[in-house]
Amino acid sequence: MEFFTVTQSLLEGFAVTCLLFVLTLVLAVPLGLLISFCTMSKVKAVKGTFKVIVWVIRGVPLMLQLFIVYYLPGMLSPTGLNPFGQLDNFLYFELGIDNGGALIATLIAFVINYAAYFSEIFRGGIESISKGQYEAGQVLGMTKGQIFSKVVLMQVIKRIIPPMSNEIITLVKDTALARVIGVIEIIKVADMFASKAIIWPLFYTGAFYLLFVGLLSLLFNFIEKKLSYYKV
Amino acid sequence: MAFLEVKDLRKNFGDTNVLKGVSFEMDKGEVVSVIGSSGNGKTTLLRCLNFLETPDGGSITVDGACIFPVETTDKKKSTNSSTKFGMVFQNFNLFPQYNALTNVTLAMNLREERALKERKVKGTEKKRLLKEAKAKNEEVAKALLTRVGLGDKMANYPCELSGGQQQRVAIARALAMSPDILCFDEPTSALDPELTGEVLKVIKGLIDEDRTIIIVTHEMGFARNVSDKIIFMADGVIEEMGTPEQIFDHPRSEKTKAFLAKTDE
Ligand SMILES: Nc1ncnc2c1ncn2[C@@H]1O[C@H](COP(=O)(O)OP(=O)(O)OP(=O)(O)O)[C@@H](O)[C@H]1O
Ligand SMILES: [Mg+2]
Repeated sequence: MEFFTVTQSLLEGFAVTCLLFVLTLVLAVPLGLLISFCTMSKVKAVKGTFKVIVWVIRGVPLMLQLFIVYYLPGMLSPTGLNPFGQLDNFLYFELGIDNGGALIATLIAFVINYAAYFSEIFRGGIESISKGQYEAGQVLGMTKGQIFSKVVLMQVIKRIIPPMSNEIITLVKDTALARVIGVIEIIKVADMFASKAIIWPLFYTGAFYLLFVGLLSLLFNFIEKKLSYYKV
Repeated sequence: MAFLEVKDLRKNFGDTNVLKGVSFEMDKGEVVSVIGSSGNGKTTLLRCLNFLETPDGGSITVDGACIFPVETTDKKKSTNSSTKFGMVFQNFNLFPQYNALTNVTLAMNLREERALKERKVKGTEKKRLLKEAKAKNEEVAKALLTRVGLGDKMANYPCELSGGQQQRVAIARALAMSPDILCFDEPTSALDPELTGEVLKVIKGLIDEDRTIIIVTHEMGFARNVSDKIIFMADGVIEEMGTPEQIFDHPRSEKTKAFLAKTDE
């Protein structure tokens, strides 16, 4: 098998990997922030509920969560049909998109899972800001919103960049799990070659991940440098 | 009627009564020093005046207007009244991500934004007015920083300043909101001994300007020199109050005598 055609196939799979990565990140960050506010809520019921939710999501393997999101709705539906399977068909016949249903199921599971992890990072970051910062804002007449956006936020961002970069790099590699419910990401593509007894593309995928993670690391280093002018 | 009237102020934290009915008055331009041993509610008193704690009872009146308890539940009102007081903290609490100048201008500019929002000014008009205000605020801030001796440190971030310099920025920041009464909570306690002088000098300068000041301090010499009135707190009440001469030279209460004897050592 020619190197060039393998590369081309893997790139197609990698595009799905990247899509999954970007969409998960973009959706999980705001959801995570929302969850972090809920776990810090003064209302005990809200706080308790969300603490349990975060515990469950972080306590169960992501692969299992993928299976649950993908299969459970079908098992519960009166028709017994898997809605993601139907979505698959619909997207394929109407829009020509392959595997759309599985991709959406993956996205749902990933966004929920990563939002839970992010929420704990955000909570840690927000709670690490000293009470004195809020009080200084308060005695200067700022509103709660102004204190959060103008005083606290930048300090939180600086604090959470190292743990966030860890989590985000893990996400890049976790996308490989999506193949268990049929998403054709880069490892799945390589696996299809492997089933034809061509093994080396599997190893070759490592280069794609390394390159991507390398670029991300550069980006995080850059941001950390940019924010190094102040200490929190 | 006195400028500030505090009557029977009470504050509990759970079962501990920290303030058990504190009453005092002060006139405009007066300097009151609050002394007393650790844990006697001095900080709590200042925090109640600044609405960082909600008192459990009593009243606070500034310039004839009762700011606690407020009759209305209008939230905006209570935030406005809180800016009657300014506060300088023991550990500065500067905003680390802003340089000295922005630390001073930030709250002024945000106040302007709130005012424009309240007046429902929008669009380019808002932009223009805000820009004007910001330019003006910057001039005010520069003058204040120069006054506290930091004319050459305006672009520096808090982590690049010494403790004494940070506290002077904090003083400029509090002054920028032009509070009626400025409160200091042990402004030099977190500083190395050789840095307390520069901060006390700045405070002395403010006092000479006839500002109304309440200062909690362990610097007995300073309190004696600059204060019109000394409040000695013990066990959540004002044990003794009077002129520096009365308190330091002729204390009447045994507790005051014991405290002064201890600090003399
Ligand atoms: N948020 C709080 N919760 C519970 N107790 C508190 C709280 N803040 C203060 N206290 C208690 O109130 C008492 C008075 O505290 P405060 O800080 O007012 O004393 P202080 O006179 O300023 O002492 P110091 O000279 O050490 O600064 C202390 O016993 C303290 O433990
Ligand atoms: Mg104190």
